[in-house]
Amino acid sequence: MTTTTDLVSYEEALASYDPVMGLEVHVELGTKTKMFCGCSTALGAEPNTQTCPVCLGLPGALPVVNATGVEYAIRIGLALNCEIAEWCRFARKNYFYPDMPKNFQTSQYDEPIAYNGYLDVQLEDGEIFRVEIERAHMEEDTGKSTHIGGATGRIHGAAYSLLDYNRAGIPLIEIVTKPITGAGDRAPEVAKAYVRELRELIRALGVSEARMEMGQMRCDVNLSLRPKGTDAFGTRSETKNVNSLRSVERAVRYEIQRHAAVLSSGGTVVQETRHFHEDTGTTTSGRTKEEAEDYRYFPEPDLVPVAPPREWVEEIRAALPELPLARRTRLLAEWGISTTDMQAILNAGALDLIAATIEAGADVASARKWWMGELARAANESGKALDELPITPAQVARITELVAKGDLNDKLARQVIEGVLAGEGGPDEVVEKRGLKVVSDEGALNAAVDEAIAGNQAIVDKIRGGKVAAVGALVGAVMKATRGQADAARVKELLLEKLGVGEG
Amino acid sequence: MPGITREEVAHLARLARLELKPEELDHFAGQLDDIIGAVARVSEVADQDVPPTSHPLPLTNVMRADEVRPSLTPEQALSGAPAQEQQRFKVPQILGEE
Repeated sequence: MTTTTDLVSYEEALASYDPVMGLEVHVELGTKTKMFCGCSTALGAEPNTQTCPVCLGLPGALPVVNATGVEYAIRIGLALNCEIAEWCRFARKNYFYPDMPKNFQTSQYDEPIAYNGYLDVQLEDGEIFRVEIERAHMEEDTGKSTHIGGATGRIHGAAYSLLDYNRAGIPLIEIVTKPITGAGDRAPEVAKAYVRELRELIRALGVSEARMEMGQMRCDVNLSLRPKGTDAFGTRSETKNVNSLRSVERAVRYEIQRHAAVLSSGGTVVQETRHFHEDTGTTTSGRTKEEAEDYRYFPEPDLVPVAPPREWVEEIRAALPELPLARRTRLLAEWGISTTDMQAILNAGALDLIAATIEAGADVASARKWWMGELARAANESGKALDELPITPAQVARITELVAKGDLNDKLARQVIEGVLAGEGGPDEVVEKRGLKVVSDEGALNAAVDEAIAGNQAIVDKIRGGKVAAVGALVGAVMKATRGQADAARVKELLLEKLGVGEG
Repeated sequence: MPGITREEVAHLARLARLELKPEELDHFAGQLDDIIGAVARVSEVADQDVPPTSHPLPLTNVMRADEVRPSLTPEQALSGAPAQEQQRFKVPQILGEE
């Protein structure tokens, strides 16, 4: 590929055109078994160890729907404010491609289980943007291909491909938005915020871990431009493989610039599938998009219709947890922090951790301080997410408790955290093993203070001469002598008392 | 009743990965026309009060509990594969060079 793609600047593109987006998000459900058979969905298994006649499409095998898969689909639909179909069917989406050994994917076509909903999405500045949901339907994941012989494992130019069908048949929910209009120059941000909100929602519902880096949640970005002030939609491109929040934002931005370049030079946008490249942030042309009729959808004759009884739907609705936006709004008020602070917490992925730490007994300020400070730094240094650090909210709460009781000062607390992260045990164990308790034995402290006074005559004279601030040097000496294990405030108090100097 | 064209048969054949000879295109165009014409007669009698039927039995909500059942061994799974490598199904080149 040596052709270069013309782009116009983002600002220029937005000056002339209005972006319209459609986002399709696939979520792998966290059920124990596949959608239509009892094979395990556990990740990381040896290739082709989780297959059976149904998911391999062997002749005569008959699928049976996973009840939990349907329940999760309804849960997602309800959380997205959708209507739940009273009666719906599965359909075969026919295509020949080795990722599905059946030569069709069992999906839903014109009868999705959930439709007509919306998701309110919070932008960086706190503004709420409502994204309308067209539908959420049930389908199944495909097998995993490994392409051999081409450059960098790509399908193009590969000599042959190898297929592992462990993933084939894992339940998927595809969530499709209605055309998102009116986002203007915030379109990339809206797209990212939507996918993020959806991810939080899916996690809160307990239906999937929705880890994008593990392919449990994947996004396709449809984008078109129309001249500002006009109503008709332009021709869209569909960008696949957009598998991180950052990529969603970049893909939208790139396609806006690319479409604008095509349109403003008098060209026409080709309706096609495009591939997003993480490394360059660009998209390249894939196959020309087939028409839906090319998939020759027809009702799946091997499965009977799903007609969720209304009592079941209402039961599921009643059991919905507090949803993420509502929860954030509540915590914002309860914690008394600003939207900016909240945004920082969200960006750091610290919301649940801080909430759990507070629940375990810590005060808001301390919980925030440790997670956003020391622990964020540790996570950053080790290249891990905060929730991957080997420390629990309960342990952080225990450390804040020890600080509050005066058993630890901040400096010692940091050492305790270091010890816990290094796998030396829980906070109390680390305190014990490393001998980190604040020296509260007044006798030992008095001795250290006396020693500091005796050994620093020049400083003592300064203090007595009115330069009270110089006491810091003596505090430092005492802290050094006690290997940092004294309570600095108490040390200062003792020093001033012994020197007969009042503070201020 | 619009007739099925040769081009439509060729397109369907491509989607179904069927290689058809030119004379077969004409042959099947006529046959498909007959089939579609016959099926279309159903629409003439089906009305709003006749629910669409995709299954002969009046059943709904046949589901199973989310419980793991034994899978095939990889040897069994791969036993019908024309070719295999690294415990995976080996398939010929999917796409050529760009």
